[in-house]
Amino acid sequence: MTSPAVLATAPGPWSALSAVYAGQLSRARAARGPLLFVATLQSVGILLLLRGVVDESSNATARQVVAGSTVLVVAYIALNLLAQRFGMLRGTRALDHYAALPVSPASVVLGTAASYATFTVPGAVVTAVVGGLLYDLPLGHLWVLALVLPLAGASLAGLGALLGLLAPRPEIATTFGQLGMSAVLFLGIIPADRMPGAMQVLRALVPSTYATDALAESLRADPDLGVVLVDLGVCAGAAVVTLVLASLAFRRAVRR
Amino acid sequence: MGGGTRGTGTVVPSPVSTGGPLAVDVHAVSRTHRGRRGSADVLANDAVTLSVEPGAVFGLLGPNGAGKTTLVRQLVGVLRPDAGTIRLLGHDVTARPADAARLVAYLAQEEPALSELPVGLAIETTGRLRGQRRAQARAARDRLLDELALEALADTPMSRLSGGQRRLAQVATALVGDRPILVLDEPTAGLDAAARRAVWDALGRRRTTTTVVLVTHNVLEAETVLDRVAVLDRGRVIACDSPGRLKALVSDEVRLDLVWRDEPPHDDPTVLQLRARATVTGRRWCIRLPAAEARDALGRLTAGPTLDALDDFTLATASLEDVYLALGGRDDDLERA
Repeated sequence: MTSPAVLATAPGPWSALSAVYAGQLSRARAARGPLLFVATLQSVGILLLLRGVVDESSNATARQVVAGSTVLVVAYIALNLLAQRFGMLRGTRALDHYAALPVSPASVVLGTAASYATFTVPGAVVTAVVGGLLYDLPLGHLWVLALVLPLAGASLAGLGALLGLLAPRPEIATTFGQLGMSAVLFLGIIPADRMPGAMQVLRALVPSTYATDALAESLRADPDLGVVLVDLGVCAGAAVVTLVLASLAFRRAVRR
Repeated sequence: MGGGTRGTGTVVPSPVSTGGPLAVDVHAVSRTHRGRRGSADVLANDAVTLSVEPGAVFGLLGPNGAGKTTLVRQLVGVLRPDAGTIRLLGHDVTARPADAARLVAYLAQEEPALSELPVGLAIETTGRLRGQRRAQARAARDRLLDELALEALADTPMSRLSGGQRRLAQVATALVGDRPILVLDEPTAGLDAAARRAVWDALGRRRTTTTVVLVTHNVLEAETVLDRVAVLDRGRVIACDSPGRLKALVSDEVRLDLVWRDEPPHDDPTVLQLRARATVTGRRWCIRLPAAEARDALGRLTAGPTLDALDDFTLATASLEDVYLALGGRDDDLERA
C-alpha cells in the first residue's frame, strides 16, 4: 500500500468568509435592489404615518419611532430575507454545495449574514436621517449608527439564518422571517412603558430591542454613551449566540 | 428515419495505473433514510462495495430512487454512512469526513446555491472556497471560461441562462480547483450534443490527473464514456464491470424496436408473434429476442406489405439497459436519448 494522496489546502476561515461575502454581495446587488427599496419605503412610510400621531412634545416617543423604523430596515433584510434564503438553501439541498467544500458552516453563515447586513446600510441611513429631520431630533451623534448597524445586522442575520435553517420547509422559513420582522416592528416602535407586561418580557428577549434602544439614546441632544455601549454589548452577545446556533443548525440541516 | 444498427462509441484508453492507492474504495456502505411522520425507514444503500482506479471514468447507473445520489453524498463527505468505510486516494473519509472536501469536487444534480451569481464570479468564488488565492482563482476562472466557451456569458447571472448553458457553467465550477476526484451527478443532463462534447473533451484533457465518478441514468452515455459501471437497483450494486463485459452477459439477445404509423396489421402472423413478446408504449413496440430470430422477423416484416404500416424500425445490439433488465432491474426511468 502506497501513501495517501496529498490533501489540498483548505482556505483559512477569513478567506472563506470573504469569498462567501463577496459572492453573496454580488448576488444581493443583482437581485435585491427592488427589495431594498421596499424595505426603505416601508420604514419611511411608518415614519410619515406616525408623524401625525406622535405628540410633538414627546421626545422619547419620537426617538423610539425613528430608531425602531431604522432597525426595521435591518430586520427586513437581515432577518426576513436571510431566513428565506437559508430556508430555500435547505429545502433544495443547496447546502450540499457548501458542505462539499473545505469551509466551515460558520464561514458560510457569517459571510452570508455579513453581506445581507451590509446591504441594509443605505436604507437604514436614509431612514434615520429622514426620521431625524421629520421629528426634529438632533443628528449630531448619528455616528452611533455605524456601530448599531453591524451589531444589529449580525444578531438579526444570525437569527434569520437560524430560523431559515431550522424550518422544515421553505414556506415555513418565509413565515418565520415575516413573523420575526413583525415582532421587530411592534416591539421596536411601541414605547416600552406603554406595553403590557408579557410584551415587555418578549421585548427584552429580542436582540433588535438593544439596537433600537442604543440608537434611540444617540438621538438625544446629550446621549449617555454608557447606556449606548451596554445596549450594543448585549447586541454583540446576541450576535455571537445566534451565529453559533445557526452554524450548528447548518450542520444538522446538511446531515438530514 | 430508416432502421439501423447501433454500436458503442469510442472509449479513450485509461491512463496506466500508478500503483498508488485506489481513487475510490467503498466497502460495505449502508445508509438508511429515517422515515418522517410515521413513514417507514428507507434503506438507500445496502452494503455497497465498489472500487475505482485512479484516472478511470466510473459510472453509477440506475433509475431514480436506486440510491445513487445517497452514495455520492457519502463519497463527498456530506453524509456519513451508518456502516462501512469509504477511502478516497488512501484517506478514510468515514473517519474524517472533512478530508473529502480537500480531495473531491462535487457537482450536485442542481446547484441553486450559485443561481444568482454571474458565471465568472460563481467559478471564482468556488475556486477560492476550494483554497485558491484570489489571483489563482481568477486565472483559473479565465481558463475555464475559455475552455468551455463561456466567455460571452461571464457576467450573466446563472439564473438567466438556458438550462444547458447553466449546466455547462456548473460543470465549470466543478472543474475549478483541479481536484483529483470529480463526483458529478448527471453533469450532462439537459445539454445539447455540442455542450456534451465540450464537457467530455474537458474531462478527457484531465484524464492523467483526475478520476471521475459519474451518476447517470442515460444508458447511451454510460456505454460511450465509462470505463467501468456499477449498476444500482434498490440500494444494491447488482453488477459492476466494463460496459463491454456487462453487455457480453446478454450478447445473444438484440432489441428490435418497431414504431407503427397507425394500427399494426393484426392479420400478419409475424406481427402477432412479436406482439406476444413486445413491451408496448403507444405505437412503439420493443422486443428482446435472439439475434437470428430478430433478423428473420425483420426480414419478413420488411419484405411484405407490413412495411407500409411501419413508421420506423431499429435493430440494436444489447445495451446496458438490457443488462440492467436482465439483472432484475426495473425499466422505470432509464434514459435512452
